[in-house]
Amino acid sequence: MKVTLLSGRSLGQAKGKVTGKFTEEYLRNVAVCELDPEDLKSLGIALGQNVKVTTKTGSVVVRAAVASQAARRGVVFMPYGPWVNMVIPSETYGTGMPSLKGIEAEVTAAPNEKLLDLRSLVGHMARG
Amino acid sequence: MMILSKKIIPNVICTFCGATCDDLQVTVENGKVLNVRSGCSTSLSKFVNYNVERYLTPLVKKDGELHETSYEDAIARSAEILANAKYPILYGWSSTSNEASRAGLELAEWVGGVIDNTTTVCHGPTLLGVHDIGEVSASLGEIRHRADLVIYWGSNPVHSHPHHVMRYSALSKGRFRLSRKDRTMVVVDVRKTDTAKLADQFIQIEPNGDYELMCALRMAVRGDDLEQDVIAGVPAERIEELADLMISCQFGVIFFGVGLTMTQGRHRNIDVALSLVRDLNARTKFLIMPMRGWYNVAGANQVSAWVTGYPYAVDLSQGYPRYNPGDTTAVDVLARGDCDAALVVASDPVSNFPVEVSRHLAKIPVITIDPHPSATTLISEVVFPTTIVGIETGGGIYRMDGVAIVTKPVVSPPPGLHSDVEILQDILTHVKKLKMGQ
Amino acid sequence: MTELLIRNGFVYDPLNGIEGEKADISIRDGKVAESVGAGATVIDATGMMVMPGGVDIHSHIAGSKVNAGRILRPEDHEKDVERHTPITRAGTGHSIPSTFTTGYRYARLGYTTVFEPATPLLKTRHTHDELNDTPIVDKGCFPLFGNDWHSMEYLQQGRIEECAAYIAWMLRATKGYAIKLVNPGGVEAWKRGRYLVGLEDRVPNFDITPREIVRGICKANQLLHLPHTIHVHTNDLAKIGNYQTTIDTMDSVRGLGGDNKPVIHITHVQFTGRTGSAWHNVGSGAPEIADYVNKHDHVTVDMGQIVFMDTTTMTADGGFQYMLYQLSGNKWMNFDVEVETGAGIVPYRYRRNNYVNAIQWGIGLELALLIKDPWRVYMTTDHPNGGDFTKYPKIISWLMSRKAREKSIARINSIARNKLDLPDIDREYTFSEIAVVTRAGTAKALGLKQKGHLGVGADADVAVYNLNPTKIDPSRDYRLVRKALKKAAFTVKDGRIVVKNGEIVETPMGRTYWVDSQVSEGLMGKVESEMRRTFTEYYTVQMDNYAMDDSELGRSSRVSVKAEV
Repeated sequence: MKVTLLSGRSLGQAKGKVTGKFTEEYLRNVAVCELDPEDLKSLGIALGQNVKVTTKTGSVVVRAAVASQAARRGVVFMPYGPWVNMVIPSETYGTGMPSLKGIEAEVTAAPNEKLLDLRSLVGHMARG
Repeated sequence: MMILSKKIIPNVICTFCGATCDDLQVTVENGKVLNVRSGCSTSLSKFVNYNVERYLTPLVKKDGELHETSYEDAIARSAEILANAKYPILYGWSSTSNEASRAGLELAEWVGGVIDNTTTVCHGPTLLGVHDIGEVSASLGEIRHRADLVIYWGSNPVHSHPHHVMRYSALSKGRFRLSRKDRTMVVVDVRKTDTAKLADQFIQIEPNGDYELMCALRMAVRGDDLEQDVIAGVPAERIEELADLMISCQFGVIFFGVGLTMTQGRHRNIDVALSLVRDLNARTKFLIMPMRGWYNVAGANQVSAWVTGYPYAVDLSQGYPRYNPGDTTAVDVLARGDCDAALVVASDPVSNFPVEVSRHLAKIPVITIDPHPSATTLISEVVFPTTIVGIETGGGIYRMDGVAIVTKPVVSPPPGLHSDVEILQDILTHVKKLKMGQ
Repeated sequence: MTELLIRNGFVYDPLNGIEGEKADISIRDGKVAESVGAGATVIDATGMMVMPGGVDIHSHIAGSKVNAGRILRPEDHEKDVERHTPITRAGTGHSIPSTFTTGYRYARLGYTTVFEPATPLLKTRHTHDELNDTPIVDKGCFPLFGNDWHSMEYLQQGRIEECAAYIAWMLRATKGYAIKLVNPGGVEAWKRGRYLVGLEDRVPNFDITPREIVRGICKANQLLHLPHTIHVHTNDLAKIGNYQTTIDTMDSVRGLGGDNKPVIHITHVQFTGRTGSAWHNVGSGAPEIADYVNKHDHVTVDMGQIVFMDTTTMTADGGFQYMLYQLSGNKWMNFDVEVETGAGIVPYRYRRNNYVNAIQWGIGLELALLIKDPWRVYMTTDHPNGGDFTKYPKIISWLMSRKAREKSIARINSIARNKLDLPDIDREYTFSEIAVVTRAGTAKALGLKQKGHLGVGADADVAVYNLNPTKIDPSRDYRLVRKALKKAAFTVKDGRIVVKNGEIVETPMGRTYWVDSQVSEGLMGKVESEMRRTFTEYYTVQMDNYAMDDSELGRSSRVSVKAEV
């Protein structure tokens, strides 16, 4: 399903930052993609299942969740952090600022794909 | 006789977001933080959990793994890496004190590197807009006392700056605005956020539609006709109503967040927002203020500007300050693969930067100064644990509106830890020796 | 014991009556001494001019509006850079230099003391942060009063003594040196988008007039025995013909002082020295102002001379800056400060061919040439408002040389040229008078007894210029004067050589002067407890987090005085 991806702060992400980035709490709050409940239905995803988010930069597997604020069809939200950054392009168009909101993306159900924890994610990223 | 070792420290400054509330009451017992009053839930979390997952000794990478080492060894390794690099990058700075920024700028000069702070992926575009247009703003108390119209645009303070609305805007009490009903609050956002729920009016905008909507508002403010029925997902009548609200208020303000800086248009979104506010000043009193995210990103800009002339993305490789965002900014410098070493202070770029940038960081020697393990420390050559500003050590900071205050420690740090200022100064001493010896 | 001997130079020390005689200056442990031993380091000043180090009474070099200007104008810095050396820091100019660059450039000019003249109380910590990074020169700052709610309320209630105590508290809390007034009452009006007219207009919501504010704060200044008088940027800067307001302001405090000492300093008088009712008929109000100053010794002024260049205007007078933005169309920054004051910044280029700019240029020079007593008129550009401080040698040459003035006069707008009196003024300043208007007079006005002169016991801040006053006629050889003053042969700071041949050789940290006026405990206790309540109501910062500790200053130098209350 084609969507617009927004990344941003969330209370959960902020708290996770201060409690520690290698904690379960951080993983739970940040390795997540929030979708409108109708979109979840049409993808056939149950809550807690994994989804794959893909952009022209790459793809990442995260947990699906219902939009905690402001559900909107065709718009998904992922908190700032290493998971969403796997799919964010580095092109800044001469401004220094990469695109962190309003990115074209695709979301697919990925119930059998593994969600990487931070350590594994960084290892995977570093290996190219 | 019972000795009470519990005390409540008043007027503590919170070191999380740019609102830098300074009225926290921190309860400390036996050298540990027990509780925080008057702060938001995030600040409570930070004060109570800062010791979870903490580095306590310097680390150096050997055979692909980080091993404990002495402070002196870590300093020497770091100085060598930076002194021998052709184009190192020194990044972070926004979540530490002004004194650390000052030390970092001097170090960047001696190693001939690029020094950039987190503004670069946050309100950098705001500064680019300001360079062109200027800015009509004020300190936060002006809004508290006078504003009868408060607009949050692309900003969700309930999540990002939890006490902002209560301390400084719609829910605050001012000399000339005594209660909530003396004010109108409007939220403009792509989704109905928790902040929108507090507002009198919510305007839902299409993603990436800010530039057009701002232009339409400018036109409406000037009295031009809007020829389209719907602009950026907002009906023309609605836009005209908002323009009327803005013109007829006595004192208005737009607080804007990264919803404007990060979407298509970037600094042009800010350009038009700054211009709109400037135009409004011909009709009434109107201000604009960026919602700076971290407690001392404003400080990083201020220190950088008074030392070099420029607020971020400063290239010192030629021996004098050069500034060209898009070229000297961290994401670009790293994505191009130009840097051959990095010093990261109080930041976690591997978590925060696009993957191509992180991949390059993983290839070059990185020195990280941070209290906590992070994605960046995983790929670092050298890691320095450090004391935490505002909790274990003091230091000057600048609030999001540029007011300077000084944090003080409330507890002692674990033994053997150095502040980032000390670490930077020690690295600099070594670097000077290496450079002068050459 | 470090000893230095500056030998055989032509010494200008007007405070001590020395006007160009050959003399040796002996220095020990940072102070001027009677004599030194044979082992002293010697500077051979034969054929050179020796003066006390320059003392700049008014220059915007540090603080939130200065830094906002730097951020506003990256283009200002690109063309003017300072490279990193093993002893000096990298930096940038041009009209708003970075802090390290500021210190070095002042030292190269032979200046050793500089005051930042306008800083909001709430943001003075920022000013000190920047002054701490301004090397070599001694410094201080003037916090802003006169639009602050506390002052206006105390004065409106007739409580001058409480107002004085509050000011003393604020000066101690902000580590300030003197009281600065900018557009008194007018900035509070600007925060509502309004302008006051003249001195009798009432400030909205505060029922007080600018005249009452100026008089009240002047009295408070007297009660506190502050070393400097009130330092005033008058009302009506945005008004086209505004010289009368300047005179009325000076006159408003006549009689408040005794013993022939000044009670008010009007700053950058050029900017509020215009006649006229429309921009096309603006003229010089300098003759009228000079006449008043000549007849009344309770007033001192500084020029605020403009130079034809691209520069940056910045003042606390937000309303004026909005007007300048409207006139010029340039980018504009505005920054109101809660409870206290405001600020505005607009880049501006002064053009020879622009009628108004040419008149402005003439006004500054006329003021300095028509005011007879050099001890009461000082040379400034209100840096960077009129131009940056590296242009001081040029202005000095205009004061000293009619020929230099004529060269410039010939190139300015011809209608302005015909309107100004300046072409007919013969007077040429002597080296002695220049020493007064750039160091001796300013130090005296500031109440800095150990500065601005070379008597025994003075701070050993000395400038040696490669200029032989017996061989040079400054009237004819003004280019040589400019050249010599641009790059001091030697600058000495507290007895240490910091500049040699225009190059920085050492970068010690200068002192930050601030005033502690000791008010009676009872009065201070009362006022402080009142402030505890109003602070919480007015400010968004806790009172205990507001006040600075003197450990926050790089090198704190407390000036202690006993108040009368």
